[in-house]
Amino acid sequence: MSATLSPLGDVAAIHDATRDEASLRRFLHGLPGVDQVGAEARAAGLATRSIKTTSKAWAIDMAIRMVDLTTLEGADTHGKVRSLCAKAMRPDPSDPAVPAVAAVCVYPDLVAVAVEALQGSQVHVASVATAFPSGRASLATKLVDVREAVAAGADEIDMVIDRGAFLSGRYGQVFEEIVAVRAACGGAHLKVILETGELATLDNVRRASVLALLAGADFIKTSTGKVAIASTPPVALVMLQAVREYADTTGDVRGVKLAGGIRASKDAIRYLVMASEVAGPRWLAADRFRFGASSLLNDLLLQRHKLARGSYDGADYVTVD
Amino acid sequence: MPAAPPFEYAPAPEARETARLRASYGIFVNGGFRAGTGETVATTDPSTATALADVHEAGPGDVDAAVAAARSAYDAVWRDLPGRERAKYLFRIARAIQERGRELAVLESLDNGKPIRESRDVDIPLAAAHFFYYAGWADKLEHAGYGSSPQPLGVAGQIIPWNFPLLMAAWKLAPALATGNTVVLKPAETTPLTALTLAEIIAECDLPPGVVNVLAGGPAIGQALVEHEGVDKLAFTGSTEVGKLIQRTVAGTPKRLSLELGGKAANIVFDDAPLDQAVEGIVNGIFFNQGHVCCAGSRLLVQESVAEEVTARLQERMRSLRLGDPLDKNTDIGAINSGEQLARIRELAAAGEAEGAQRWSPPCVLPERGFWFPPTIFTGVSATHRIAREEIFGPVLSVLTFRTPQEAVDKANNTPYGLSAGIWTEKGSRILWMASRLRAGVIWANTFNRFDPASPFGGYKESGHGREGGRHGLEAYLASR
Amino acid sequence: MRKTYKLAIGGAFPRSESGRVYPVEDAGGTLLAQAAQGSRKDARDAVVAARKAFPGWAAATPYNRGQVIYRAAEMLDGRREQFAAEVMAAEGLARDAALAVVGEAVDRIVWYAGWADKFAQVAGSANPIAGPYFNFSLPEPTGVVAILAPQDSSLLGFVSVLAPVLCTGNSAVIVASERRPLPAISLAEVLATSDLPGGVANVLTGFTAELAPWLASHRDVNALDLTGAAPADRAGLQRAAADNVKRVYVPRDEDWAAEPGLARLAAFVETKTVWHPIGV
Repeated sequence: MSATLSPLGDVAAIHDATRDEASLRRFLHGLPGVDQVGAEARAAGLATRSIKTTSKAWAIDMAIRMVDLTTLEGADTHGKVRSLCAKAMRPDPSDPAVPAVAAVCVYPDLVAVAVEALQGSQVHVASVATAFPSGRASLATKLVDVREAVAAGADEIDMVIDRGAFLSGRYGQVFEEIVAVRAACGGAHLKVILETGELATLDNVRRASVLALLAGADFIKTSTGKVAIASTPPVALVMLQAVREYADTTGDVRGVKLAGGIRASKDAIRYLVMASEVAGPRWLAADRFRFGASSLLNDLLLQRHKLARGSYDGADYVTVD
Repeated sequence: MPAAPPFEYAPAPEARETARLRASYGIFVNGGFRAGTGETVATTDPSTATALADVHEAGPGDVDAAVAAARSAYDAVWRDLPGRERAKYLFRIARAIQERGRELAVLESLDNGKPIRESRDVDIPLAAAHFFYYAGWADKLEHAGYGSSPQPLGVAGQIIPWNFPLLMAAWKLAPALATGNTVVLKPAETTPLTALTLAEIIAECDLPPGVVNVLAGGPAIGQALVEHEGVDKLAFTGSTEVGKLIQRTVAGTPKRLSLELGGKAANIVFDDAPLDQAVEGIVNGIFFNQGHVCCAGSRLLVQESVAEEVTARLQERMRSLRLGDPLDKNTDIGAINSGEQLARIRELAAAGEAEGAQRWSPPCVLPERGFWFPPTIFTGVSATHRIAREEIFGPVLSVLTFRTPQEAVDKANNTPYGLSAGIWTEKGSRILWMASRLRAGVIWANTFNRFDPASPFGGYKESGHGREGGRHGLEAYLASR
Repeated sequence: MRKTYKLAIGGAFPRSESGRVYPVEDAGGTLLAQAAQGSRKDARDAVVAARKAFPGWAAATPYNRGQVIYRAAEMLDGRREQFAAEVMAAEGLARDAALAVVGEAVDRIVWYAGWADKFAQVAGSANPIAGPYFNFSLPEPTGVVAILAPQDSSLLGFVSVLAPVLCTGNSAVIVASERRPLPAISLAEVLATSDLPGGVANVLTGFTAELAPWLASHRDVNALDLTGAAPADRAGLQRAAADNVKRVYVPRDEDWAAEPGLARLAAFVETKTVWHPIGV
């Protein structure tokens, strides 16, 4: 598909869009709408694909590699984070062939603990910053949060957008905040959490996705996992379309992270099918597609056992974190 | 990281044995199965062009026997059976279809060539739903708006096509039986198996003998049914050409007639449409059931300002369509139902090229055996081209453009047909403006090819008369008010 | 003064393009007038006029259509004496009986006028489907309807077949009673002064058996009412009508004095069903 035929227009149009608040609004509101029922039907259709057993084994390992193993509790301790890091590096103590996950995701004050625990491994340290999960703090506070996490060694920053500003139409403010956080990240990768459950409509999901991509997000991410409605298939569909169109238009390939509510291997595999069919096979890589999860990993391991053993496994055969 | 084999979808075929295919089939008359006195023909699996089973078709004498059986069942039992009792039979049939859903779905895909995903998720559930819906009407007819004591017509002859064999049988049988008529049903010659299995279900549900009779057979049997003096009502779904023939044949007789005929629907995409869903709707509109759909969105009318973009996205989307084994759950596009139909599609596609339209299909390996046609679009189509006017009844889309809403309406209506139309725009007032001007019986706005037993379906102009589905669907089987 | 009776096509009152006339006699055999003997080309012109008028009339609000049709009843009511005289002559009725017929005709038009903005509520529906869609069905006019008016009832029968066709938004080409055409032509004059747009109701006089086949086979006619056809001609007309899958109305025993019911309203409408997703 040639770049000029994308709904994002071309590179010049994208450049124009970020000139000022009015241009940004015009651009975002000029994007084609998303019909909810149609998007749900398409997502449901993709969910009926059935994949080969060999592909399934491959997909489970791929999904494990894509996991941001996450703990974001008020009760988190150094011990909990260290244990999670151990699991991230070697998810299945009984099987060294199981790959490590992509990253461990913690609050900023625990980044240092994770960095130390993961030393020598390929597992990244991700941290939610910017007054996660509500994002309700001054920009200055958010930037301090980000800088501290980066200084402590975080490779990846998961920020939340200001949904209040977005919903009241202050797109410029949301944009500027992302740009500022992006700058504060330095070399760290930036994932921008849209909190799609609070955006309420798929039109908003599309606009917020494009807005975040314009502002420099390396990843766009569905949810903090702290609201009732997190990742849903139609939301993932719309976000995957957005990164695909952005890549088609600019040549710049950005990623999607689904977080919140994905607990079953079956769901993860369906999302991989979706990523492959909607965005394209090149999104089947841990630097372009992630699952933010805690319990998903164990289910992936259980399914992996099932494929290897040919019979079903029990919860006692995977580790409790 | 290992070299990623992009996803390979497993052949995930439904087991052929599920269909419980028999070596031979006959006809169902007066509650019993027997070999018809007509020819014996093989019904084939169009995906391999191999024989599935022998069908001992009906002969002329069987038509007489079936009509006589329907008449005596009407007089002796059915017309006077209280509505609530008729309802119970229909509910039972609906349940039995659900129970044997998997078998029926596999059998349908084998005999018709349609993807199992469609027979499993659309045809069979909707067939059951139609029986459920009309079961509920059977004891409420006096509230349907057709008079305080609406009366059945008598014996209904029903002739159905090969594109949705079981679903069309359900569309025909359910309202006829709910209203107290008895039926002689003739399924299409290339797809008789699910209707005959439905007859088995009907027998197992203890429907009184003769209330439903099923005659496998070709056009001659259809004609005999149309001409039969013992038939009070005819319902036909099929081509406009045959529909006209039937209308001529019943001229001057007291037979009531309802027709559901061809179409050449416009699927209209405005520049403010939800484009991703519009592309899905275009794909669903023309490639659902290999385009063997009378209401298929076979003319894409796209606003010039987004024509290139929509075409490009459509082509991109078409690349991910999977054509192949109808029994594979991953298959999007199955086989063309018959060699005859394939020849017609090929002829019209060739005419499209000869007339100067540009033909495009995604890279697509067609199976060596069987009847196959790749999903195809034609761009640069003008209104005078045959592919813009004639019903192709295959996976072939003609792309035309328009500039203004009025032009879209004019082009959409510029056809002798009037079955369906699609509108894609985010502007509510424009949807209603368009919907009120399109001369078609079903308007899908921001969706396409949706069906429901509660929703009336049927055409304007040469797409036929009468409605099937909903309260309106009762009218064709009740004496005039 | 002797009145000249002409055709009514497209809001004008032309003579037959053929120049032909035929004598119309009263019930006792006395010559009443020379009526235009409509031709194949007059039928063609009438269909063109009806087709042209159809979109506007169909798009008029039902309230407006009802008002226009009610106005026709008012105009007819104001000319009771004239119409009673014409019906007396045509049908051989006594004056009181003829006046009663005119009164019935007025009432019939009023009855149908009232249906214009109600029929869709009776014939339409919101359909409770199993999915996230709003789905509704509405009756819409079929298009151009060719009507063969009854041969016996020159005024009451005529309005009883014409009014239901017009009230749902169709346009009509109506062939008046062959031997009793004069009240129909006078009624056309009433319609022309009742704000009914030209071409919505076109009245032909002449020989039904000559005109009907052209209308039945005309592919720009969407529906055909056989009421005034000779029983022996019906089958042939039905066969011709199949050429473009016309809707054909076959009359039963018609009692023009009885409450009409909905059959004629329902016969010349198409049910349109519209789907739209429900989402945010």
